[in-house]
Formats: sequence, C-alpha cells, structure tokens
Amino acid sequence: MSAIPLWAYVLVMAGVTYLVRMTPMVLLRRKIRSRFLRSFLRYVPYAVLGAMTIPAIFHSTASVASAAVGFLVAAALSFRGRSLITVAVAACAAAYLAQLIIGFI
Amino acid sequence: MQLSPYSFRDGLRDGLPIALGYLSVSFGFGISSVGQGLSWRSATVISLVNLTSAGQVAGVAIIAAMGSLGEMALAQLVINIRYLLMSISLAQRLDGGFTLPHRFFVSFGITDEIFAVASSKPEIVGPKYMYGLILGPVIGWTLGTLLGGVAGEILPAAVNAAMGIAIYAMFVAIVIPQARSDRGVLVCAAIAVALSCLMRYVPALSRVSGGFAVIICAVLAASAAAVLFPVADEAEQEAEA
Repeated sequence: MSAIPLWAYVLVMAGVTYLVRMTPMVLLRRKIRSRFLRSFLRYVPYAVLGAMTIPAIFHSTASVASAAVGFLVAAALSFRGRSLITVAVAACAAAYLAQLIIGFI
Repeated sequence: MQLSPYSFRDGLRDGLPIALGYLSVSFGFGISSVGQGLSWRSATVISLVNLTSAGQVAGVAIIAAMGSLGEMALAQLVINIRYLLMSISLAQRLDGGFTLPHRFFVSFGITDEIFAVASSKPEIVGPKYMYGLILGPVIGWTLGTLLGGVAGEILPAAVNAAMGIAIYAMFVAIVIPQARSDRGVLVCAAIAVALSCLMRYVPALSRVSGGFAVIICAVLAASAAAVLFPVADEAEQEAEA
C-alpha cells in the first residue's frame, strides 16, 4: 500500500469540515427539535476536548513528569478563570522549568 | 426585505478580539504540527482551509500516524458536528441580503467564537458584517500557525518540547471554567477523559487508532451527558436569557 499524499488528507479534512458548516446554512432552514440531539450537540465540544487532552497532554513534552507539572499549572490557572493565553504560556514555562530541573538532578 | 444595520467595519471591530485569541491558539497548533513532522507551510495551509482548532489537532495526529482517509473524514465529522447546529441556528438570523453565494462563503467562517458573537447581536446580521467579522480571525488563525510553525523549526529542541503542551493547556482552559459552572459539561468531560485513558492504556483497546478513539469517546460521553443532563427547551432558554 503506497503512502497517502498530504494533499489528500488536507482535502478530506477541509472538505468534511466545510460541508458540515455549509450544508445547513444552504439547505436546511428549520430548527432542531429533538431535545436529545440538541443536548448531544451542546456537549460534543467538551467531550472531544476532554478525550483529546487527557491522556495526550502527558505525552506532549519531553517527559511525563514535566508534562504533569505543566498540566497542574494549566488546571489551577483555568480553575481561577485565567485567559487562554495566560494558561498556555504558564503551562509551557512550567513544563520547561520542570524539564530543566529533571535534567539537573 | 429586512436588512441588517451592521456594517463591514462593525464586523471587523467585533472580530478583532477573536483574531488576537486565535493568533495565540494557532501558534500552539503550529508548534505542535511541526513537532509531528509537518512543515510550517503545510501547517499554515491546513489552518487557512480548515479554520478550526480541535479538528486540526486531531487531523494532524491522523496524518502523523498515517491513518486512513475514512478515519480522517469520520473524525472531522464527529469533532466538527457542532458547527452543524451553529449553522442551523445562524441561518435563522440572516438578513434579506443573504443570497445563496453569500451563504456558501460565510458558512466557511463558522467557528465557536464567530458564531457566539454573531448570535449575540441584538439585530439580524448581513453578509457585509459577517465578512468583516470573519476576516480578522482567518488572518489571525493563519498567521499564528505560520509564526508557530516557523518558531517550531528554529527554536531549540528543549523549548519546542515544552511548547508542545501549549495547545492542550488551551483546551484545559476552555473546558475547566465551563465545567465549574455546568454539571453536564463536568460529567461529560469526566466520562470522555476516563474513556480516553481506557482506550490508550488498556492493551486490547490501545490498538484502536487515535482518531477513532476520540470519536468513540466523544460520542459515548456526549450521549451520556445528553441523557443525564438534557439542555433546556428553546423557550425555556429564551426565558432564562
């Protein structure tokens, strides 16, 4: 089996994403009545982000230990309602420092 | 024919904060994409044509793992299915100037934040306003990816390794505040996390590729939350608002 070219992946990716956005706006003009479906659609983003973030975040830096430090910092700052950019920069800095310390000892 | 009172400039102004937010999130995406073997050029093109965060992160993981095109299509469908709802909802608030071609173009720009801003306007919106609203975020998202990708290619390895956590930290920052105030979101995210750990670490399940794992976890967790914590009816929602 030969490798799939990058452009094919990007085409499928962008094509499906666009169709999901475009189809209802062009074709469908009604509201979704099903309560289950509306609830499901409301929760999907958080389900996706939860599943994508954990455990992947623990494998996103040079070691599980430094990633765990970064995650704890991100969780604590998010809990206190800090902005996305603050949380991200702090998590990177924490992971970097943790990795320095791990390398030192 | 009823027309929207909002101009192109109004859209540009409302889109600016979104553009700045996207600039930083997509910087993280650029870094992590380059870390997974893509060039900064590929990452930038992906951002320009997709304009979505979670879908792109999952997509790049599938590319890196050399997954199938079917897996890619299904993953994008599930991860981005929320845009279906937003598109339906936004379609009810378009003014009379929204002809079919405008609908084809503007629907490309539906994201969580753009939808939220457009929906929060007291009056209906027109094509000019929507183009203004979408322009800044598209530039911010694409430019941030470019900068992140280039940074990923030139920064030292130790810095890149630490910055790999950026995009995930932002996901944490999106979910946790919502989970604090909404039990349904909390339970939904907790179930998704638990399932995701099972899929990754239980030997028999870990053979399922990453893209499919996200789909399975998301569908199960969102279904469970929808049954346990159904959202209020639209009439009730409007009464609350």
